[in-house]
Amino acid sequence: MTQKLVIIGAGMASGRVIEQLVETSPEAFDITLFNAEPRGNYNRIMLSPVLSGEQTYADIVTHDDDWYAAHGVTCRFGEHVVRLDPEMKLVEGQNGCAPYDKLIIATGSAPFIIPVPGKELPGVITYRDLDDTNAMIEAADKGGAAVVIGGGLLGLEAAAGLAERGMDVTVLHLMGHLMERQLDEAAGYLLRKDLEGRGITIRTQASTKAIIGDGRVEAVLLESGETLPADLVVMAVGIRPETRLATDAGLTVARGIDVNAQMQTSDPDIYAVGECVEFDGHLFGLVAPLYDQAKVLARTLLGGRDAFVVKDTATKLKVTGCNLFSAGDFADGPGREDIVLRDPAKGIYKRLVIEEDRLVGAVMYGDTADGNWFFQLIKDGTEIDELRETLIFGPAFQGSATADPLSAVAALPREAEICGCNGICKGTIVDAINAGATELGAVRATTKASASCGTCTGLVEQLLQVTLGDDFAMPTAQPICGCCDFTHEDVRRLIKSQELKSQEAVWQELGWKTRNGCHVCRPAVNFYLLADWPLEYRDDPQSRFVNERKHANIQKDGTFSVVPRMWGGITNPTELRAIADAAEKYDVPTVKVTGGQRIDLLGVKGEDLPHIWADLNRAGLVSGHAYSKGLRTVKTCVGTDHCRFGTQDSTGLGIKLEQILWGAWTPHKVKLGVSGCPRNCAEATCKDVGIVCVDSGYQVGVAGAAGMDVKETERLVDVPTEAEAIEWTTAFVQLYRENARYLDRPYKWVAKVGLDWVRDRLADADERARLVAAFELSQSIYRVDPWAEHARQAERFQPLADLTLEAAE
Amino acid sequence: MSWIDICGTEDIPLRGARTLKTALGCVAVFRTAKDEVFAASNTCPHKGGPLSEGIVHGQSVTCPLHNWVFDLNTGQAQGEDGSIATFPVRVEAGRVLIDAAKLLARSAA
Ligand code: SRM
Ligand SMILES: Cc1cc2nc3c(=O)[nH]c(=O)nc-3n(C[C@H](O)[C@H](O)[C@H](O)COP(=O)(O)OP(=O)(O)OC[C@H]3O[C@@H](n4cnc5c(N)ncnc54)[C@H](O)[C@@H]3O)c2cc1C
Ligand code: SF4
Ligand code: FES
Repeated sequence: MTQKLVIIGAGMASGRVIEQLVETSPEAFDITLFNAEPRGNYNRIMLSPVLSGEQTYADIVTHDDDWYAAHGVTCRFGEHVVRLDPEMKLVEGQNGCAPYDKLIIATGSAPFIIPVPGKELPGVITYRDLDDTNAMIEAADKGGAAVVIGGGLLGLEAAAGLAERGMDVTVLHLMGHLMERQLDEAAGYLLRKDLEGRGITIRTQASTKAIIGDGRVEAVLLESGETLPADLVVMAVGIRPETRLATDAGLTVARGIDVNAQMQTSDPDIYAVGECVEFDGHLFGLVAPLYDQAKVLARTLLGGRDAFVVKDTATKLKVTGCNLFSAGDFADGPGREDIVLRDPAKGIYKRLVIEEDRLVGAVMYGDTADGNWFFQLIKDGTEIDELRETLIFGPAFQGSATADPLSAVAALPREAEICGCNGICKGTIVDAINAGATELGAVRATTKASASCGTCTGLVEQLLQVTLGDDFAMPTAQPICGCCDFTHEDVRRLIKSQELKSQEAVWQELGWKTRNGCHVCRPAVNFYLLADWPLEYRDDPQSRFVNERKHANIQKDGTFSVVPRMWGGITNPTELRAIADAAEKYDVPTVKVTGGQRIDLLGVKGEDLPHIWADLNRAGLVSGHAYSKGLRTVKTCVGTDHCRFGTQDSTGLGIKLEQILWGAWTPHKVKLGVSGCPRNCAEATCKDVGIVCVDSGYQVGVAGAAGMDVKETERLVDVPTEAEAIEWTTAFVQLYRENARYLDRPYKWVAKVGLDWVRDRLADADERARLVAAFELSQSIYRVDPWAEHARQAERFQPLADLTLEAAE
Repeated sequence: MSWIDICGTEDIPLRGARTLKTALGCVAVFRTAKDEVFAASNTCPHKGGPLSEGIVHGQSVTCPLHNWVFDLNTGQAQGEDGSIATFPVRVEAGRVLIDAAKLLARSAA
């Protein structure tokens, strides 16, 4: 007997159901198909190629009118279903009712619209169906600026399509990296780089406050207060299951329409399939699981037995040239291990996540050819114990012995490109080596290989070794640590030359072997980035040693010391009273006068820090940075104000210098001294920068030491005016910031580069001015009191919870 | 197992840690760059350094006092003879849950 089957929604899920029904049992059902869109089933996922112009609507139609006619499907397209009546078994469309024996709800999902003012302005479009796509194409024909809100799959496909059509596109993304649900930071970084390469502007951590326009969208206002002009706004922040009909009809609905493994809802004659359903707590946003659902549902309707099970899904982005792949679960979970492979020259990143000898997740960027093989391993739960060593090289590599880098280099053909920057092949380099270029410098000089970005240096050295055998001693320059192959100097140079502006950029482009460095390299890289890119990169507290993160010196018992700044060693009764009060209020066990002309409160408990700082701040006292790789103290003597020998205002100059330099991060700590005459009461001649005032002006000395090594300063310059003394000092500190390796005090750095080099650089007035300007630019961000900032987040310093009571039960 | 909700993931800084007071002493709750959460004793077996103040890298933490490196999965110190107790934690809907049963059992022992 033919039953009446009514289907609401002619989308990708129901399309599959219908195909299976009419193929297996064409007589079983009399099908009526409602669709709100004025058309039948098309391949929704191919809307992006239509948007970018690579395909047309005709190319992506799945079922045309003839197909529906041939299979006897009654089509009610362009008609919304407005109500269901499960009692009467009726579906109410805009043009009338339809009775059913069995009903399928396949209404898909609706784009989520962020509730900001202006969201309903003309020119604000979501991205779900052909009409949206056509609206975007039409808008793009007029050119201008488009803002895409949402850096997920849909948003980025929209952005790429609009850029392809010539619009000036900005993507706003709330999170720290693109497609954070499918990609980790490393892959997100490469994706961003590729998209930026096609002229798309990406703004992460950007939150939309309002959409502005008079009768039509004109701009987007960000929470930061910035406005971005926009002729078109695409909202692609997510989807939610379209469940309204089911909810109104009293079916069980959680986030989606609740179904069992046979796709049956809480009403036995009503089924649901596709993105509108929720099964076992899962929602669905990709077609693969929907096709499984469709198969189960068709079987069930025809009286067969089948059950839907949730499987892992894999994601790809349909933007030509952006090859990414992600599958399984690559986040979360103790007991997991990573295997990472990076090829900076080709922009390739692969990461496999392994748990208990099984592959559970994979993220890839650049080269995704092996994606499906990995995906299969994940789905099958294959034991990978034996493949482990070479797993990441993909199926092609399985079975052969573990790769040895030298034999791999030896096996490369003569035409293999070694130096990407200069296009130098292996053959050219080997010929040069055989012709007498027997060390790296000579290869660089004769072939230019490894003379530009330097990334291929390791390969060139391996070629030297393969070609010369034992005659070549691999250089012993120490890499920063086991995470990479580069020295500090290499990394500094590459950060500048390749314009690497984030930690992810460094990890990826310089082929880091670990996910995010270690306690040795990460603080160094953090400093190099902030010193070279003060505006683009901000200091990352989590890459700093505890003292610099907590802005206090940790003591051996886990308490901290607090040293407020006393500019040039000068204080007054108000400050002293505030220090005394704080010492009493917080039970500070030790109050000590330091060797740096200020007062140390030792033994403060971690959770008290923000409060003691707030108290000290109130009296005008700020952090003395007694803990930082930055400016510590500027020791001064009393100078002309009081001393009978004083030649210049040493106290005043010290205070001025301290006020200019404080807050700046440096490779290691920096201490200054200014003495009013050569008697040198401020011990200026053993400081990083020491100025000795004389009748004729100022003697600026640098590179002194009085810690583990003791060394007198070397004279950098004699200048007649205070302003020049300040200029030379600032320029010196900036030169040190730009060039020294992390944890070298100035005296160690100067010993490496030579005082002559330093003096030559600084003697050039233009260069001096540039250095001062660069320093000031950086200080526009860092000349702030960290205590005041941290005191505002006092709760961060408290324990999360106190379980002692519960645990004692 | 008895799970107690201690905080939201975002209450712990990324690549950082917060502490939890328990009858066994301080427990450090770490959050890695990949949003994984681990819990382990806060006290370094070397000289008692507070591990919650260390640099968190990959799935490891480096003690701030003398740079012992601990694997947060196992609690084992890299290349040193020492380890720290680890405690089961899990993340559910953005909340961090810790297994109080283990904390209790150990205090009873
Ligand atoms: C508090 C103070 C000692 C005092 O009571 O006077 C002090 C205390 C510490 N010094 Fe110092 N130094 C102090 C003046 C000095 C001086 C004298 C000076 O600044 O005039 C020196 C020699 C000058 C120099 O820096 O070259 C000095 C050379 C060192 C060194 C060796 C540096 C070197 O390059 O050789 C270290 C170790 C390091 O930094 O790596 C060090 C490290 C330390 C640390 C931070 C050790 C640590 O890493 O935990 C101590 C922190 C104690 C705490 O918990 O607060 N301290 N330290 C002085 C703080 C001055 C201030 O007001 O900021
Ligand atoms: C631009 C874009 C790109 C995508 N790319 C991919 C991809 O690369 N890979 C992937 O796996 N997935 C992709 N997806 C997701 C995929 O398209 C969806 O998972 C799939 O289309 C969902 O199928 P469905 O049948 O549940 O819903 P839909 O295909 O959305 O169909 C639901 C239909 O129901 C209709 N409807 C809703 N309410 C009513 C009502 N009350 N009355 C009548 N009709 C109604 C709607 O008009 C719609 O036509 C993409 C989606 C979009 C929008
Ligand atoms: S440096 Fe000279 S001028 Fe200054 S206080 Fe000492 S003795 Fe006096
Ligand atoms: S106390 Fe942790 S390494 Fe010494």
